[in-house]
Amino acid sequence: MGGRVVTVTSGKGGVGKTTTTANLGLALARLDKRVVVIDADIGLRNLDIVMGLENRIVYDLVDVVEGRAKVKQAMIKHKQFPDLYLIPAAQTRDKSAVSPADMVQLCNDLRKEFDFILIDSPAGIERGFRNAMAPADDILIVTNPEVSAVRDADRVIGLIEAENKGPARLILNRVKMDLVRKGDMLSADDVTDILAVKLIGIVPDDEAVVSASNSGTPVTLQDNSRSGQAFRNIARGCAARTYLSCSLMRKAGC
Amino acid sequence: MSNFLGRLFGRSKEESSAQAAKRRLQFVLVHDRINLPPDLMTAMKEEILQVISKYVQVAGESIDIALKPSEGDINLLIAEVPFAKTLSTPRGALEDNDDDDLDA
Ligand SMILES: Nc1ncnc2c1ncn2[C@@H]1O[C@H](COP(=O)(O)OP(=O)(O)O)[C@@H](O)[C@H]1O
Ligand SMILES: [Mg+2]
Repeated sequence: MGGRVVTVTSGKGGVGKTTTTANLGLALARLDKRVVVIDADIGLRNLDIVMGLENRIVYDLVDVVEGRAKVKQAMIKHKQFPDLYLIPAAQTRDKSAVSPADMVQLCNDLRKEFDFILIDSPAGIERGFRNAMAPADDILIVTNPEVSAVRDADRVIGLIEAENKGPARLILNRVKMDLVRKGDMLSADDVTDILAVKLIGIVPDDEAVVSASNSGTPVTLQDNSRSGQAFRNIARGCAARTYLSCSLMRKAGC
Repeated sequence: MSNFLGRLFGRSKEESSAQAAKRRLQFVLVHDRINLPPDLMTAMKEEILQVISKYVQVAGESIDIALKPSEGDINLLIAEVPFAKTLSTPRGALEDNDDDDLDA
């Protein structure tokens, strides 16, 4: 059986997939899980810099898939958490260098040594998306409470269901509570009414996310940060493999 | 069309922008999900109109179709067919009276 493959994806770009993957990776590592995060957004390498590991890359995902490097050689160990590794995306090669079968193979190897394999997927419905989807046990869809992002999320949910990969789970990122209260932003309840998926995380819009990315130390490492707490809650559900719904978490006082 | 949909999805004057977003998304997503191209939608409307006018007198030349999200796994396809108020009402009489309450 072994480790679990969790793919983080979205319909629209820029909604927070990379931020979510980095934070979940760190939060799971803090729960003493053995974690590897894979940047599958080939051509748009990002996860390394958000996690502060950009200076240590030698080999990347495409090098592994094409046999130029062993998986171990491409895995970058996190400075602070020795059981957390990153496999970076290739920066230059085109996306067709990796196939869905390659990803399944790679993840099956990694399952033996890790509890969680998190995949940062490209947005939308192109080839890279299929690569990230192919090995997934769990699929987390990130969206923002905005009409375009919610619409695109619905499209991706439909695709996932059509490929019998579901049920997809939803993370609502960048919620601005002051706007929700004024009636100028979709609430979490609105979004769950609209999309037929379980909401497993609500992450506030938080300036600390940006400064944390600036310094390469994801926000979940700050104990007093609200967005960091939101990511830690999601990670607990992920670690328990139950993915508590947000309404339950609220009842439990999280 | 907009009138019909406005009633169907409960648009009100005091609607907040979030409510508008929700209403518009729920409308557009059922259409996205059914994935029926505009030409097929037009063909379907024409056929429905033909069938209904075989039995009753219809006012006007077109009908409005909306897909409404519903409880559980189903969506409702709702058609608004303009009807003569009484069977003896001449066809033209209702044409500019499109504000009739659907529920009346
Ligand atoms: N909860 C948040 N609060 C504030 N800014 C955020 C939040 N989540 C993401 N961002 C910012 O949004 C931008 C896009 O996020 P990113 O994770 O790169 O999205 P994606 O990987 O989906 O393209 C980044 O600048 C990131 O710092
Ligand atoms: Mg990204």
